[in-house]
Amino acid sequence: MDKKFDPNLIRKEFPALCREVKEGVPLVYLDTTATSQKPKYVLDSLSHYYSYSNANVHRGIHTLAEEATAAYENARVSISNFINSPRSEQVIYTRNTTEAINLVANTWGRENFCRGDRVVMTEMEHHSNLVPWQMLAESIGMEIDIVPVDDRGLLDLMVYEKLLKKNPKAVCVTHMSNVLGTLNPIRSMADLAHEHGAVIIVDGAQSAPHMPIDVQELDVDFFAFSAHKMCGPTGIGVLYGRYELLSTMPPFLGGGDMIKRVELRRFDTNDLPYKFEAGTPAIGEAVGMGAAVEYLNEIGMENIWDHEQEIVAYAMDKLEEVPGVTIYGPEADKRGGVTAFTLDGVHPHDVSQILDADGIAVRAGHHCAMPLHTRYNLVATARASYYLYNTRKDIDKLIEGLYKVKKMFG
Amino acid sequence: MEDMYREVILDHYKNPRFRGELDPADISYEDDNPLCGDNIRIDLRVDDSDRIVECAFSGQGCAISQASASMLMEDIQGKTLEEIKKYSRDDILDMLGIELGPVRLKCAMLSLKVLKVGAYGVKEWVED
Repeated sequence: MDKKFDPNLIRKEFPALCREVKEGVPLVYLDTTATSQKPKYVLDSLSHYYSYSNANVHRGIHTLAEEATAAYENARVSISNFINSPRSEQVIYTRNTTEAINLVANTWGRENFCRGDRVVMTEMEHHSNLVPWQMLAESIGMEIDIVPVDDRGLLDLMVYEKLLKKNPKAVCVTHMSNVLGTLNPIRSMADLAHEHGAVIIVDGAQSAPHMPIDVQELDVDFFAFSAHKMCGPTGIGVLYGRYELLSTMPPFLGGGDMIKRVELRRFDTNDLPYKFEAGTPAIGEAVGMGAAVEYLNEIGMENIWDHEQEIVAYAMDKLEEVPGVTIYGPEADKRGGVTAFTLDGVHPHDVSQILDADGIAVRAGHHCAMPLHTRYNLVATARASYYLYNTRKDIDKLIEGLYKVKKMFG
Repeated sequence: MEDMYREVILDHYKNPRFRGELDPADISYEDDNPLCGDNIRIDLRVDDSDRIVECAFSGQGCAISQASASMLMEDIQGKTLEEIKKYSRDDILDMLGIELGPVRLKCAMLSLKVLKVGAYGVKEWVED
């Protein structure tokens, strides 16, 4: 790992990580999978944009409008480079990953699926990559096939290959599970999908923040992710799409900016990417996402990934030593920085509540993956997740907290 | 937080009163709190004057949801269904003896919701 990577220095750049939850109790933030904290660099970019360059984008012929447009479009270029998109027009701003997937389902999906066509999804999907397709399936009469999760917490790829023989139109899969942490073999899944003529839609909400992403190397057709999980603001995300697909897709929302020309009874759609960006977008937030990408690039995505691999391996070792703890999902080298677990005899909500008293923020619930919890016969898990700013000391505090929970409920 | 897990709450969680199911029962109802995964079922037997003669709860969930169900069962012994109508959020909070934020309040109120909806139908339940 790069010598200059030091999570203890990185933490200092995040104001929230320097605060106390109550007097004398510093925050131990282990909930990045839900949303990451924001570094000063990103917060300053938001503040600077809204303070000095705020104007509506495109069509304005005044200084602020030009600055705003340049900042908005420069951020798109930064994000495009971040995922190695061939062209920046293939980067569509959306509200978040969920909206990006809904966009694909409602445009490409609605245009391409007919009654009886099949879509393949997986048992480990977040609701955001299940429900939009369920809604489409219900309205069109499509069939849904599911790739199960095996006992190791990995996708059953034998079943995947079998399901592809039924010639589905699309495969919808997460790059990394937000519960198990499982990193799915997207490149080989994409190759198989393409061999069978299916389009592959990847939920990258949990991978893009944590590892280098190259959409050309992954050879995916659509890739969606959110800024707020990668040091950026809420309210902005991205849909990357293959150019041939995006250019032939019908528009999503109608309104300003997505049109070239409007008459009273008809309209012509604008070029990419604007065809999919109706209405005044989240300009400041897009600028903030651009800043987040610059910040992450400066630290290096390889460094971030290596650090998280070390932290999650340490966390799993320590968690496994706590009697009564069960961790769900694969071994450390097959997962990202996420550990969902249960503690015998204590509901995850109680675990989370008691940890909170010591400033330790973990999430409890089904993490928007109810079918996955059903598969494990669980209603909820507690989940600790890690990022570039977490240290071994954070894990030690978590473990200490868990012993406190055990004592209370013992 | 130490307050939230008062001895009496942990005691009701670890040693729940009236835990089980009644079969047959005059009134049975079950509901859950999908966001948390708390689940409560309540069975009641009432006499001719709608007085509760037997009650039981079952289900699973966090300490707050289960302890509040156990305490509620203890409290409604011998009460009439009409009297149950008057139970409010404050009665539950008084029983628990703690203050709760909006998320955990749903856990605490689940048993009262199940009881009231079971006895009177959903229109009797106004979540506040």
